[in-house]
Amino acid sequence: MTTLMSPPTVRRPRRPAAGPAGRRSRLAVSRALLWPALATSIVLTQIPFVVTIYYSLQRWNMLRPGDRGFTGLDNYASVLRDGSFLSSLGSTVAVTGSSVVLSTLLGLLFAVLLDRSFVGRGVARTLMITPFLVMPAAAALVWKWSILDAATGMANWGLGLVGLPPVAWNTEVPIVTIILVLTWQYTPFAMLILLAGLQAQNKDVLEAAAVDGAGAFRTFTAITLPHLRQYVEIAVLLASIMLLQVFDPIAIMTRGTGGTKTLSYLLYERAFVGLEVGEAAAYGVMTVLVTIVVASVALRTLFKVFSREGIDR
Amino acid sequence: MTTSRLRGGLVTALTWVLVLGFFFPVAWMVFTAFKPESQAATVPPTFVPDLTLDRFQAVFDRDMLPYLINSLSASVGSTLLVLVLAVPAAYALSIRPVGNVRDALFFFISTRFMPVAASIIPVYLLLQSVGGLDNITWLTILYVGVNLPIAVWMMRSFLAEVPREIIEAAQIDGARLGTEIFRVVLPIVLPGVAAAGLICFIFAWNEFFLANLLTAQVARTTPPFLTSFVDGRGQFLAVLSAAATVAIVPVVLAGWIAQKQLVRGLAMGAIK
Repeated sequence: MTTLMSPPTVRRPRRPAAGPAGRRSRLAVSRALLWPALATSIVLTQIPFVVTIYYSLQRWNMLRPGDRGFTGLDNYASVLRDGSFLSSLGSTVAVTGSSVVLSTLLGLLFAVLLDRSFVGRGVARTLMITPFLVMPAAAALVWKWSILDAATGMANWGLGLVGLPPVAWNTEVPIVTIILVLTWQYTPFAMLILLAGLQAQNKDVLEAAAVDGAGAFRTFTAITLPHLRQYVEIAVLLASIMLLQVFDPIAIMTRGTGGTKTLSYLLYERAFVGLEVGEAAAYGVMTVLVTIVVASVALRTLFKVFSREGIDR
Repeated sequence: MTTSRLRGGLVTALTWVLVLGFFFPVAWMVFTAFKPESQAATVPPTFVPDLTLDRFQAVFDRDMLPYLINSLSASVGSTLLVLVLAVPAAYALSIRPVGNVRDALFFFISTRFMPVAASIIPVYLLLQSVGGLDNITWLTILYVGVNLPIAVWMMRSFLAEVPREIIEAAQIDGARLGTEIFRVVLPIVLPGVAAAGLICFIFAWNEFFLANLLTAQVARTTPPFLTSFVDGRGQFLAVLSAAATVAIVPVVLAGWIAQKQLVRGLAMGAIK
């Protein structure tokens, strides 16, 4: 900004793309390239968020349009007093947390397995990324009715083969069905990021370790895992942020029953079934706050775990 | 030597078992789509069914085509718009840095992390008041908002890899901005553009929340339409599997074919 404001300096013969004037015109061009995207983004996401904050300070149910007015923080007070927010927060943390941890661990396993060279590695990788490409609505429907159905599902048939009793997945443990689907869809995502990390490893260091007589396991824990740390962080962070907003499998498989009413589903219910605009807006603002908190906590916890394990650099 | 070979073979076998296990739900879905309804949900599962295309016929008899077309226009339309906006912006952010690059980048990345919950209520009320519900153009525009930050972020990473010397050489030659972008830079980052475009296409094609909420009949896209195949009165697993197969084929095939770009795009968008 200051460069734009500063008075023009003494004129000197201009060379192309140099000197204050050249820089200024370059800046102008850059701004012209940037502002359409910036403006679109602001109009489509930031302004609505500001409006959401405004709505959250209002008493407003769509069924009673006459009774609308400013209520200050009343909506937040009733959101916090109402038990459904806290239980929903719990469900969100449970669903997101377990899916993220499971898919990162499985992603790490698959990344290590698919980093080796073996016959058909390309095909194996192609098959592995497929769950991430599958439309989440299709995945939810197929898992619910084809894999986890209590009577005809493949999961119970598989359990029966090894002599285990069937489980009524969709009615008894709805939260497990959601976590299963999400883990299935996000494991490839974690795997791709971790695989990129493995491939970015310095091969010389690994060879040196082998020369020094370090075994595969020791090499993995002492060299590979610390190297992968930042990739694990990224995988966990991105998956957490995406899964915090997850909606599709909950709407399709459980409709919020059995401890699966996450914040995004609760907001949907309040706003578009209950028509409570003000209160739902307060839920929206709270969801954003939770997302910010989780994103930063997820990162910090990860740092701590790594340094406690003593595998920090 | 032989024991290490044996161990290698075992690890490979284990890898394949796990990979095929992971892929199984997709394979089973496609397989079920080719079964007659009476053999789709049986105990024990039918492994040697009378293969038939009858359920695909049933899917299109239920008029799936308009929904696929809606999905296609929203995905392609939003992806093109996103690229038109994102490539110049990313160019400004990486090759011709603007004053506050960090701020602008932080803005885009934080937008990407903003849950839909933050904006959906005003958006819904606005569309309702202007008659924009059940309208594919509005859905397309909203998808632009969702995908734009991702595309900017990815394109910036790809553009940052373009050797500076090439651009400086073009600038010293006195190349105009248009030439600089279209003749010099774009050919180098074309795979990156393809990767970003593919990822935006996938997200838009698979999107459920906005489509479910903001469309009803005319502009309904495939993901919410799929749920209508669940039928409380009778057997539906084969027809549902056939519809789901049709719905996932475009993205899965595109992802398989452009796997390299996809992986690079995700890695770029995520890591750099």
